[in-house]
Amino acid sequence: MHRILKKDILAENIKLMEVDAPLVSRRCQPGQFVMIRLHEKGERIPLTIADFNRKNKTITLIFQEVGKSTEEMGFLKEGDSILDVIGPLGLATERKKEEKKVICIAGGVGAAPLFPELRHIKELGNYTVTVLGARSKDLLIWEDELKRYSDEFYITTDDGTEGSEGFVSQKLEELLNDASPDDYAYVLAIGPVPMMRATADTTRPYKLPTFVSLNTIMVDGTGMCGSCRVTVDGKVKFACVDGPEFNGHLVDWNELSARQIRYVPQEKEACEHFHRQLEELGIKPE
Amino acid sequence: MPEQDPIVRRSNFDEVALGFSEETAVIEAQRCILCKKPQCIDGCPVGIDIPGFIKKIAEKDFESAIGIMKDQNSLPAICGRVCPQETQCEAKCVLGIKDKPVAIGRLERFIADWERDVSGIKSPERAKQLGKKVAIVGAGPAGLTCAGDLAKKGYDVTIFEALHATGGVLRYGIPEFRMPNTIIDAEVDYVKQLGVDIQCNIIIGLTFTMDELFEQGYKAIFLGTGAGLPNFMNIPGESLNGIYSANEFLTRNNLMRGYLFPEYDTPIGVGKNAAVIGGGNVAMDSIRTALRLGAEKAYIIYRRSEVELPARIEEIHHAKEEGVIFRILTNPVRYIGDENGWVKAMEVLEMKLGEPDDSGRRRPLPIEGSNYIIEVDTVVVAIGTSPNPLLMRVTSGLETSRWGTINIDEKTGMTSIPGVFAGGDIVTGAATVIEAMGAGKIAARGMHEYITGK
Repeated sequence: MHRILKKDILAENIKLMEVDAPLVSRRCQPGQFVMIRLHEKGERIPLTIADFNRKNKTITLIFQEVGKSTEEMGFLKEGDSILDVIGPLGLATERKKEEKKVICIAGGVGAAPLFPELRHIKELGNYTVTVLGARSKDLLIWEDELKRYSDEFYITTDDGTEGSEGFVSQKLEELLNDASPDDYAYVLAIGPVPMMRATADTTRPYKLPTFVSLNTIMVDGTGMCGSCRVTVDGKVKFACVDGPEFNGHLVDWNELSARQIRYVPQEKEACEHFHRQLEELGIKPE
Repeated sequence: MPEQDPIVRRSNFDEVALGFSEETAVIEAQRCILCKKPQCIDGCPVGIDIPGFIKKIAEKDFESAIGIMKDQNSLPAICGRVCPQETQCEAKCVLGIKDKPVAIGRLERFIADWERDVSGIKSPERAKQLGKKVAIVGAGPAGLTCAGDLAKKGYDVTIFEALHATGGVLRYGIPEFRMPNTIIDAEVDYVKQLGVDIQCNIIIGLTFTMDELFEQGYKAIFLGTGAGLPNFMNIPGESLNGIYSANEFLTRNNLMRGYLFPEYDTPIGVGKNAAVIGGGNVAMDSIRTALRLGAEKAYIIYRRSEVELPARIEEIHHAKEEGVIFRILTNPVRYIGDENGWVKAMEVLEMKLGEPDDSGRRRPLPIEGSNYIIEVDTVVVAIGTSPNPLLMRVTSGLETSRWGTINIDEKTGMTSIPGVFAGGDIVTGAATVIEAMGAGKIAARGMHEYITGK
């Protein structure tokens, strides 16, 4: 059992939890994730480790309530426990000090998995240019945290309520045009699949290396089932053990997008079932 | 062997085989002629004293029977259900020459079930502790057996399991209708009562490294991590929605209880026309699971002929009774999807058998131009698994074969790293539960000699 030591609401349907997880916090590296199972009947879901504290033996998870499991998790309070927190899983990303600047792009809740990567990249001595985007200003999360590790920091919102109006990919295009794409070593983009895809499409003509972190559907997270399989450069890879980070220019985005929605009917049924149960118990959502 | 009626059982997950009654068991046991030189024991990968336990059943001394069984085999309820006795002990039974062999497997299951359900499993005596720690990686059949044997010798044994539940393939791979989870729980409980500590959710290689285990004072390590990497055919369309590896399909259903969705949260999707590619026990388990999840048409697609099907005859028979259609000498060429990325059909072609290949089985050869389309909305690829490479990737010095299996000394079970032993599917590639158990026994002996010989 893993106790929830801290809980914050970062935005509508986006919550933060600091969780007691000594076996994960001792060795986890930026880029790695955990599998969470709330209780005996729960499903296993992957969440990227947004932060970790080796001394306190905790990890920080940030999640968006997109379905039954994340909604249910959102009801847990400080002092409650999560049954299983398994990790650290996935390949730790290898970074170094680059000659050129590094662009980091976060879309919505992607700011959470981007944070430990950005911090690591900055601590290696890199010049970091960060773009944080969301649909609207109320959905921007961890602005201060990301800003702290950024030499240049830009915000975009789809509706223009903060920063520049538009998508992160539009801001990226601007940056590449204003300066020269040769000024940059690579781009790291983490966020919803369409956003990462748009980023890769933006940098492709400039041949600027672009890395993305894929949040595929997973079951075990240790490479034994293939639920998370994605085609990269024509070969089948497992996001849980070959990733989750991949070369954005080589990902088969059409296939990935189709595979991400393969359980939508069941997800809907699970949510309806859950809401009926809540109604019967007289519980209202937060 | 009494069984559930096929029409009834194809829509439930209850165990198909209902087990011998006491009367039937005793009568069957009395058939054994107690050969002076029993051939059956040679056929058993864990060397059970078969005539010994059968004699006790014949004498209605069930308590002694299970005692003799458990001398060599800590997991008899499991073996009694999934061992292919028909190719092992029963194949050597002399009665089988003119008549039917003694139903050794049924009797093994009977006595194990009797202990659990009727007499209550006796708590074993704890062996005198040697004060030495050993680590087992993987709580599957190989690991559980190795752990049990070492605990009986007095070692302080810890099993580290990557999943949140024990049993390995027993739990995630074999469906409830062949291997009820309650049986696995009872057998694992017995191993725990021998003094073995089992820690789940720990992935050796990621949570701890093997070096760290040695630093923590473990004298030897056994790797029973299994062949958990699913094989795909790498044909066009294989990543379309609705196409699963057998591992994913069975793990969702068995380990995560997808058949009880939405009471349990993990979903599993099965349409009306299901096809499983493959002919082994995993393929049979997969197609019979698909039937139970609502498939109206259920196909086995296998590239060789019926005679070559690797699955147990019993399971092929059960599948046919339940209405599975066998398309043998058939191989998929590609999958066809709809505009939303879901599989809607597959193109297959017919095969004919040529000369034997490396495995000794006749090589399947495509018949040019014999292609045709089968409508499918669910496909399970059950063509075998390879060793899970995770541990090998992060451990230097561990010699492997070109297929990724770990190389071991056959006599001791030791790998190229001193003090590190291995057994089961991670060494042989996908094989049977009982072979994994046999390997666990060999390694336990090897580890004991290694530790005491130092």
